[in-house]
Amino acid sequence: MSGSTIVFFMLATLTLISAVLAVTTRQIFRAAIFLLFSLIGIAGLYFWMQYEFIAAVQIVVYVGGITVLIIFSIFLTQQAGEKMPKQQIGRQMFSALAAFCGFALIMLQLYKHSFTATTEPAIEPTVVNIGNQMLGVEQGGYALPFEVVSILLLAALIGCIVIAASPNPSNGGALEKPQILKK
Amino acid sequence: MLAPGLYHILFISTALFFIGVYGFFTRRNLITILMSVELILNSVNLNFIAFNKYLWPDKLDGLFFTIFIIAIAAAEAAVAIAIIINLYRSHHSIDVENAEEMKY
Repeated sequence: MSGSTIVFFMLATLTLISAVLAVTTRQIFRAAIFLLFSLIGIAGLYFWMQYEFIAAVQIVVYVGGITVLIIFSIFLTQQAGEKMPKQQIGRQMFSALAAFCGFALIMLQLYKHSFTATTEPAIEPTVVNIGNQMLGVEQGGYALPFEVVSILLLAALIGCIVIAASPNPSNGGALEKPQILKK
Repeated sequence: MLAPGLYHILFISTALFFIGVYGFFTRRNLITILMSVELILNSVNLNFIAFNKYLWPDKLDGLFFTIFIIAIAAAEAAVAIAIIINLYRSHHSIDVENAEEMKY
């Protein structure tokens, strides 16, 4: 067994076990930390497949951005250290059964199907190739989706500010101080 | 044991997808539901990269789809958390059972 194989199985185990713990633990902060480890494991799998740029993007956006955002919102909305209420056992059984049936169906289809790879020479996924194709306007360029995603991110930014600011038209639409919540 | 290849990665991404689905079914807290959605989106990204690497290494299209999915997932998480915080202000709770004004 080569070193690459060992690294692959370690990353796979890390990803799957922390994902299972993230959806089953009853303490929400621990769930966020397990999600963090699962995302790091996926970034490791991208490194293992030698897609370094995607791995870096995964670490910056998911591990550094979304997880921190989730932890912030946990602190804003949850009492620290409080456990979530226990789920009904029937619902858990039904969900596990549904998920397992879907998983078994997909795996059966997958092992019956044989994929045929292309024989064309490979392109290295370097930053130069990615950048040239992403901002290219010729055949196969991704300049238009790039601009559309830019607009979407701008819209999401403005939408977040509008949604999270409490509406109070009396002071001319200015942002209101957050109200003190009744316990 | 065989060297890891496309089928191993597809196994991981399928397992990750259904772990996310299980969390989506059982959780009753909006933030944990959002975490399950992130797991599902990550399994999709893993699939795109694996197909790009093992089946069509002469193109970079799977990689671009992954980049755009990551950007859209970031926007989605930000908007979802803004909605959750707003819901917490008005309901003092982020359980899905307590947010049912639009149910019927």
